[in-house]
Amino acid sequence: MPADLHEHLFRHEAGRMTASLTRLFGMQNFALVEDVVQDAFCRALEIWKLRGVPPNPSAWLMTTARNRALDVIRRERTARTFAPEVTRLLETEWTAAGVVAEAFSGDVVLAEQLRMMFSCCHPDLAEPAQIALILNILCGFGAPEIAAAFLTSRAAIEKRITRGKRVLAGSSTLFDLSDADFAARLSAVHRALYLLFNEGYHGASTQGAVRAELCEEAMRLTALLRDHPVTRTPATFALSALMALHAARLPARIDAAGELQSLWEQDRSAWNHALIAEGQELLDRSAAGDELTAYHVEAAIAAIHAAAPTLEATDWNAIVTLYDRLMAIAPSAVVALNRAIAIAQRDGPDQGIEAIERIADRERLGAYPFFPAALGELERRRGNVGEARTYFGRALQLARSDAERRYIERRIETALR
Amino acid sequence: MSDFIFLYRNSPAAREAAMGTPEQRQKNMQRWMAWMRDLEGKGHLKSAGQPLDRSGKLVRGGSKAVTDGPFVEAKDVIGGYSIIEARDLAHAAELAKGCPALDGAEGSVEVRPVMKLEM
Repeated sequence: MPADLHEHLFRHEAGRMTASLTRLFGMQNFALVEDVVQDAFCRALEIWKLRGVPPNPSAWLMTTARNRALDVIRRERTARTFAPEVTRLLETEWTAAGVVAEAFSGDVVLAEQLRMMFSCCHPDLAEPAQIALILNILCGFGAPEIAAAFLTSRAAIEKRITRGKRVLAGSSTLFDLSDADFAARLSAVHRALYLLFNEGYHGASTQGAVRAELCEEAMRLTALLRDHPVTRTPATFALSALMALHAARLPARIDAAGELQSLWEQDRSAWNHALIAEGQELLDRSAAGDELTAYHVEAAIAAIHAAAPTLEATDWNAIVTLYDRLMAIAPSAVVALNRAIAIAQRDGPDQGIEAIERIADRERLGAYPFFPAALGELERRRGNVGEARTYFGRALQLARSDAERRYIERRIETALR
Repeated sequence: MSDFIFLYRNSPAAREAAMGTPEQRQKNMQRWMAWMRDLEGKGHLKSAGQPLDRSGKLVRGGSKAVTDGPFVEAKDVIGGYSIIEARDLAHAAELAKGCPALDGAEGSVEVRPVMKLEM
């Protein structure tokens, strides 16, 4: 059995098993939960090596974890207090096996994964900590993998996860989806998944494979939100649409030589058209209700790009209008910069530079390499080669990864020849 | 509030039927879970007790002769027990009416107050 097959399988099952086991054992016994998950994986490796992979490995793993949970409950029920809702029912053989079986049934596994996701987005935790926890608990990523994805030290990530788990253990049960804070917590979950996706899409990690995986995980978890009636909101659909429409461009973002390709130079035939269609459909479904979130607008912008056969044939007027709307909902210097670039496409480089000069909090873009790169590009189009060169030089100094550095170098080579 | 023991009784044949197929077993288990959850939710479940296996030994007085279960000669056998908190015996008997042991005509719940022994 290839190693990456079970790595993939184990990762996804880890989140499901962890959620069910936590429902039974309670947050205070999270270390025991992790032991049982680990134990199920070890058994799988041992037995599958001898007898081969079973036809439904994910069901096999869940059954193993379920049986193991019942063993642990029988052995430890006098010594431990399990989850408060079920602790009495786990004390007796009248109900123990039934309660365990219930925790591993399909609807409950989904609901518990969502409760876990909501719990990870605790307001006492900063967003990077929330994301690290989600990756660790729901996606089965270890600290070294998370550290590699975020270009942080393993020790820093371990600290983040440990502190996060302490905050989780502070409440005896997982976040309840019927809680009064539900709406606020759902937007925190959306935000964390959005950031996770962006880390994969734009992130600094140079390993393309790591980044694609972050995008996949963000999409998988957002799809879980779509599967549950309580979390299936228009904003969830919009976020899902946004991810699908961006992910569709992933195959063209990195070319055959491993070089980063901007939207301007991407081979549009390499876009994933099935994902574009899916994203479009999700975007249509997000239109229910009267709430217009930043995800809706960003997805709509991505949809226009995805629908355009060429860069020139893009409906820039619609894109500028959408950026205007985005500035009204969620203004930021980066959004303003993207709006200025769209204006330059629609009206010409003079108008683009004017729009950039009008960005109120321009200094916030000081460390962002694509800010001087955009100015360089527009100056070049105006014919100011000297100024363009200066801007590109500054962009090169700000580049955060080799991929970005090579990308800017290529721009200098082709644009200023 | 006082403590009462519920002794769940049923005929060997009815027990056999309830545990026959996996579907019956599951249905039976779900009935008992709902019953225990209900008692727990209303604060009556002091201890859920345990179900009892059908097999066993019987040790008789005097000769201390040991014979095998499962007591086929008995009209009904005890299938398990719970400890219930209720206001009085009448209240405890009322609570017992929800028990899945009473699904069939041969089942019964014996409701017995815990006796307080004084020296």
